[in-house]
Amino acid sequence: MTELTDLGVAGIRDGVRDGSFTAREVADAFIVKVSQAKALNAFLVETPEHAIAAATAADTAREAGETLKPLAGVPIGMKDLFCTKGVATTAASHILEGFTPTYESTVSQNLWDAGAGMLGKLNMDQFAMGSSNETSAFGNVISPWKRNDGGNASLAPGGSSGGSSSAVAARLCPGATGTDTGGSIRQPAAFTGISGIKPTYGRCSRWGTIAFASSLDQAGPMARDVKDCAILLEAMAGFDAKDGTSLQLDVPKWEAGLSANLNGLRVGIPKEYRVDGMPEEIEALWQQGIDWLKDAGATIVEVSLPHTKYALPAYYIIAPAEASSNLARYDGVRYGIRDLPTGAGLQDMYAATRADGFGPEVKRRIMIGTYVLSAGFYDAYYTQAQKVRTLIARDFEKAWETCDVLLTPTAPSAAFALGEKSADPIAMYLNDVFTVPSSLAGLPAMSVPGGLDKQGLPLGLQIIGKPLDEQGVLNAGLAIEQRAGFTARPEAWW
Amino acid sequence: MSDYRIQGETGEWEVVVGLEVHAQVTSNAKLFSGAATAFGAEPNTQVSLVDAAMPGMLPVPNRECIRQAVRTGMAIEAQINKWSRFDRKNYFYADLPQGYQISQLYHPIVGEGAIDISLDEKNPDATGKRIGVERIHVEQDAGKLMHDQHPTQSYVDLNRSGVALMEIVSKPDLASPAETGAYLRKLRSILRYVGSCDGNMEEGSMRADVNVSVRKPGDELGTRTETKNVNSVRFVMAVVEQEAKRQVEVLEAGGKIVQETRLYDPDRNETRSMRSKEDAHDYRYFPDPDLLPLVLDDAFLAECRASLPELPDAKRARYEALGIAPYQATVLTAEVEAARWFDALLDAGVKPAAAANWTTSELFGALNRTGRDIGNSPVSPAQAAELLGLIADGTLSGSLAKQVFEVMLETGDGAAKVVEDRGLKQTSDTGAIEAVIAEVMAANADKVADYRGGKDKLFGFFVGQTMKAMGGKANPAVVNELLKTALGESVAS
Repeated sequence: MTELTDLGVAGIRDGVRDGSFTAREVADAFIVKVSQAKALNAFLVETPEHAIAAATAADTAREAGETLKPLAGVPIGMKDLFCTKGVATTAASHILEGFTPTYESTVSQNLWDAGAGMLGKLNMDQFAMGSSNETSAFGNVISPWKRNDGGNASLAPGGSSGGSSSAVAARLCPGATGTDTGGSIRQPAAFTGISGIKPTYGRCSRWGTIAFASSLDQAGPMARDVKDCAILLEAMAGFDAKDGTSLQLDVPKWEAGLSANLNGLRVGIPKEYRVDGMPEEIEALWQQGIDWLKDAGATIVEVSLPHTKYALPAYYIIAPAEASSNLARYDGVRYGIRDLPTGAGLQDMYAATRADGFGPEVKRRIMIGTYVLSAGFYDAYYTQAQKVRTLIARDFEKAWETCDVLLTPTAPSAAFALGEKSADPIAMYLNDVFTVPSSLAGLPAMSVPGGLDKQGLPLGLQIIGKPLDEQGVLNAGLAIEQRAGFTARPEAWW
Repeated sequence: MSDYRIQGETGEWEVVVGLEVHAQVTSNAKLFSGAATAFGAEPNTQVSLVDAAMPGMLPVPNRECIRQAVRTGMAIEAQINKWSRFDRKNYFYADLPQGYQISQLYHPIVGEGAIDISLDEKNPDATGKRIGVERIHVEQDAGKLMHDQHPTQSYVDLNRSGVALMEIVSKPDLASPAETGAYLRKLRSILRYVGSCDGNMEEGSMRADVNVSVRKPGDELGTRTETKNVNSVRFVMAVVEQEAKRQVEVLEAGGKIVQETRLYDPDRNETRSMRSKEDAHDYRYFPDPDLLPLVLDDAFLAECRASLPELPDAKRARYEALGIAPYQATVLTAEVEAARWFDALLDAGVKPAAAANWTTSELFGALNRTGRDIGNSPVSPAQAAELLGLIADGTLSGSLAKQVFEVMLETGDGAAKVVEDRGLKQTSDTGAIEAVIAEVMAANADKVADYRGGKDKLFGFFVGQTMKAMGGKANPAVVNELLKTALGESVAS
């Protein structure tokens, strides 16, 4: 019989509903897996009691003959960017050590309301700034995947949602929340052979999610297949009056709308995404993806997104600018750590607290952001970057005249080894080259696994959709998933 | 044009003043959170998660605060911007939990408008002047540091953190302490009429940053200084006077005015440098990415306009058209509470001119004497209307009315009841009056003889004796007439 922990979200939900097993059995199985996987460093906090309470509630409801909630019996992992009431929340930063929210983020509350339980808080890049998880103040998450070269190099699980990707890929939880500012759901999903979707900006409330770059941050699910992503996203999304940028729209029935029949769908291939030095295997996978979508009934059109090359520089102005302001509240006055040297005044306390509390990458982005917003530089950097952002959004709008979704690689490489890129921030930033444009335009986009490279590591394909067309993105993802037949999984070494 | 000049050693100087007034918006909740805003609450009892800038918290604009800013803009006939946007002003301070203030630098909600002031509010014929308003924007207030709670540490009270302020920025159109004072009083009056700010400067609901520069008449604008957070009309006027004087002294001594922020010390009546432009903050303003642009639709604007009350200038014009003296019309409309009280009195059907006379002399005099303001007047407009009615129909003489009013002030009773209880009704009963006149004449036969002998001035004596004998309740006109007849008849006989 299949291990319970090999089941995905839908499998667990359906099995609990039809009585194949109890929610408690599921929770217990995952709790054991989590406790045995310390070597991955995916969890910052384990909350078995939370998962058990939700499981018990599901089992009790079933025994009482009640209709079960959409996620009854499904235990998940929660990225540590989401504030969870009574459970330590740090955004993987030393500056928030000791902080326990008295409130629950809207996205996590929505999941609990849908019956899900929490296995724990997932490690991540500090304040979601990073593409490898190496910026966490609590040690980097390690990917469950290994290269097949006989070496034992520890690989990056991607970032910033690296705890989420690692935990889902290692079967420590059937699904997890992620957040995506410039690719933080899609790139780690691609690196670990799982699926993840960033919905249209405004679909998921940002209330109670620790902010990195407000105009870009979006929550989304990470799971092992497209259907599980659809199920989780339905629970996470929804209008929230507490977030002024939340979309006042009903949540579509994405799971019910899933269809891999792409007859009539026009798939755009943006020529600007063929970047120099991209590995042949990624080129090949991209072509394979094109063929799969054709096979599913889609027609392929080449499109141009001429401002693509400006997306990354614009992103690395806008996101740090917003971050430099968003992170000003971590000042040692009200919560988190406080360094107050003897005889120090207020300014000294700020300096000492922030110098000690923030990691190097966070400091780098605060400094970049402060610089680009400074008098005399604002117009040259920030204003200019906003213009680029508008042009990039216009590129997409123009593309939608001839196509319905876009297909691209998710990342320009497979997972790299920890330490390989951490000395060169620019090389690290380049990892976001394919994911950042759709973030700047606020578009829904997802990564699905396409295959393995010659080192045996997963590669992902990205589908980008029109605003609010998560369904189109999910359906194209499903068509690829069905044809890719991706069943590879990491061997347990942890 | 103001003729205010500073006499320096090198000649005359003009002063140029602009005010940035911070007015706390009247609203039960803060600008971006649901927390309460009452004054004087225990520290940190009116603080939401948003106001304390807890991780992950987001601002959501409070519709009522936006509405009040729009109504204020409409009251000064300003341009209302249907599209405006919030910006972040970034700086670190312990009373600023977010590390930035949400304000509106680039696209304020209200554009240019104007306020008409009178250069002498006591003189209805004085020249008026139109003071331009550059803009009104809405922004968050900061918290408050308390330095007196601990020997080495400071405490923070976040009750004010996030409270909505309107910043009302005048053009540099003010040219004297008196104009500045008149502008501030007029602005406060308008805010109170509109109900968008209580204008209470002692409680900090309204405070002004005073920009002052001086120049020789006809010269270009001089370098200005900004004196921050001045919290009374008197102090604002003092700042203009002292700062202009100081600048003239500096300039005439060959010095230069530096653009800087100053503080006013009321104890020493002087301004002091706080920080110069060189160490001014770089606020790194940028559009707040947590907030979408604020877009006002026509229905919202129509509701704002429809909800505006009659404003002081319009009300004064209406009063004057009703035959009320211009000075009285000015006095009655200066404060919204008085105007509301008086409107209620007019609604009760009294004669406007007489009512204005009585209100500005009798009522305001009594309130002054007893140290009350109109808001807690012991006499309601309905009671006053009753009293005025009794005067108009001859039931009460002027002096009897004063007596009745005194009793009303003490007891809170209505005029008719006082008249009834105390028998203060004026009598026009000619028989009774004639009988008393006969007695008075009999008791003063010598004076009757003197009067009849040509001492006309004694007439007043007989009036007084008759009134006294009747306890002041006789109708003076009837007494006069009957006395003339009685004293004259005898002559004829």
